[in-house]
Amino acid sequence: MTVWQQTVESEAGGTLAYNVMHFVRGLRGAGLPAGPGKTIEAVRAVEAVDPTRRSDLYWALHAVLVERRDQHDLFDQAFRLFWREIRMESAVQGPVMGTDRLPQPEAPPASRRASEAIAPRPPEEESQENVEIELDAVLTFSPQEVLQEMDFEDMSADELAEAKRAIAALRLPIKPVPTRRFRPDPLGRHIDMRATLRASLRSSGDMMPLKRRSRAERLPALVVLCDVSGSMSRYSRMFLHFVHAVTNDRDRVHSFLFGTRLTNITRHLRHRDVDVAVGRSSRAVRDWSGGTRIGPCLKDFNHFWSRRVLAQGALVLLITDGLDRDDLGVLQAEVERLHKSCRRLIWLNPLLRYEGFKPEAGGVRTILPHIDEFRPVHNIASLMDIAAVLSEPTSAEPSTAWS
Amino acid sequence: MADQPRALPGSEAETRALLEEGRYVADDALVKTLYLSFALGRPLLLEGEAGCGKTQLAATLAETLGRRLLRLQCHEGLDSAAAVYEWNYAAQMLAIRLAERGGAERDALAEDIFGERFLVKRPLLTALEPDPLGPPVLLIDEIDRADAPFEAYLLEVLSEFQVSVPEVGTVTAAERPLVVITSNRTREVHDALKRRCLYHWVDYPDAAQEKAILRARLPGIEQRLSNNIAAFIERMQKADLSTVPALGEVIAWSSAVVQLDQIELDPETIRANLERLLAYQRGLAEASGRAPTAPTQPGQRP
Repeated sequence: MTVWQQTVESEAGGTLAYNVMHFVRGLRGAGLPAGPGKTIEAVRAVEAVDPTRRSDLYWALHAVLVERRDQHDLFDQAFRLFWREIRMESAVQGPVMGTDRLPQPEAPPASRRASEAIAPRPPEEESQENVEIELDAVLTFSPQEVLQEMDFEDMSADELAEAKRAIAALRLPIKPVPTRRFRPDPLGRHIDMRATLRASLRSSGDMMPLKRRSRAERLPALVVLCDVSGSMSRYSRMFLHFVHAVTNDRDRVHSFLFGTRLTNITRHLRHRDVDVAVGRSSRAVRDWSGGTRIGPCLKDFNHFWSRRVLAQGALVLLITDGLDRDDLGVLQAEVERLHKSCRRLIWLNPLLRYEGFKPEAGGVRTILPHIDEFRPVHNIASLMDIAAVLSEPTSAEPSTAWS
Repeated sequence: MADQPRALPGSEAETRALLEEGRYVADDALVKTLYLSFALGRPLLLEGEAGCGKTQLAATLAETLGRRLLRLQCHEGLDSAAAVYEWNYAAQMLAIRLAERGGAERDALAEDIFGERFLVKRPLLTALEPDPLGPPVLLIDEIDRADAPFEAYLLEVLSEFQVSVPEVGTVTAAERPLVVITSNRTREVHDALKRRCLYHWVDYPDAAQEKAILRARLPGIEQRLSNNIAAFIERMQKADLSTVPALGEVIAWSSAVVQLDQIELDPETIRANLERLLAYQRGLAEASGRAPTAPTQPGQRP
């Protein structure tokens, strides 16, 4: 009994411990598996460091509360919001009432969702752009179409779910390409001598019905190389959904993810259920949201996979922002080799959505000369564009034996 | 704490007092269930999210009652050798060798080899033996990690409180140990085992309760943190400010921390705001299959 009562009495102190507790509870509400045990640890961690230094507090709480890499983003945003909340609250209490929209703390401006979550925007503060889009929506487009133009990064949770549905319904109308083989075809251009002879045997050689054949056609194999490094993390999950939709639409799709190393997720994506498939693939990836080493990853691909999966004129979709700080010589050699071993190399780059995008980064400039097609990919509309690109007539391609 | 055996609490109020003494904050339901498990001599099955104090309950019980805590950590492939008993083969071999040298009698040796001396007792067996401190607290931790056969075996032990060692005979508990079984619910524990236990879902505590937990586990923390901050402000006042890098940020931050130490934020606002922000993150997490444990606990508090 005694300890209990003593502790109740000692409430006279500050409230920092309880605010830390509220922070943990907030994270818990967001789905972080942090029980009261974690709360105790967090408070002890705060006690152990100097709470008056921002980074100390940040990393102390981070060390205790973040258990997996993918929780880092969540923690980071929550931390930033939490401190902003404090400032807001203190501003309300202070003399300057009403000026509760304080400047955000440093760091990249929290994405739209973040600000949306902390305080729903008053309508008059909507930026001009947003208003325009809404007008458009009223006049011409269905909400779905507005969604198509929206950047994945700007979508709210509901919109993301909607986008996922749209992507799942996406089909790639890729034209089949002729193969070396023939199939029987009554209207075919070529005469099938063998079938003709066989057919003549039915009448003991009296009659020789002419059998024809034509080239068999087949959908070209598709190889997707998707960057899941930190700079792409906003997009990579949506791309996974895209790749899954494509995988389940047709055969011969091979998918690889890379950041600092190459991971083949083809098998994981074969699962019908998109959530299971995407879940399995992201578990298979070790370097999610890490650094980028495009060159070495492509080298791995060229070395281990390209002859297996690039046969028969495969199309390669390279999804990356091309920001690579590694040795560009390797990248140059490997992209060139990749380009030479596939039917068409299509680069999808989310950075292209910025109008002023100029290929200035070394990585981008290295890759560009070896690209057949360079496309933005940051919203559903652009994904649909890709569908169109993939189905373009093959005559525009550099000559290959297949076309 | 207490070194002499202590009687089990005879009422709910006593149970509560016992837990409070061990600085364990429990809600009514848990106190009731715990008391019933004392009264009925039935094992207590605790399920709940990680870090909710399931294991801690057993530790608290052992500490406040002054009894031994026997912990059996379950894992995949847990077998009777690790859970119940094992023969100390190396010592047996040695004994045999020595006996050969000494020319001891065969029968006596055989008797001796499988005697108590060479028996390595594991938690389940130890729990059944009489203990000067009173029947121990047997903690079977994370039963969901063990495989089904072990669960079935446990069923037998927990219903009869006896274990048979073929070479020695049957060991029956004179007094039943206090059994606490915990599960993180990575899989469903078999119904037959559940039937023999008293079940309690250890929920995340509400804000008031969590505060109580903080106070109980870290007494005086508020004061210590305040002191830390005060010391920092003092240092700041003495420091040569012209040499402090990013002074503006330091000041903004420390004022925020001081604020934070003076006002307790409205938990509901924070919670609601954070949850709204993070619902998006959760959406992503679910999409990637790393869904954080969704709050599926039954009877969630408001």
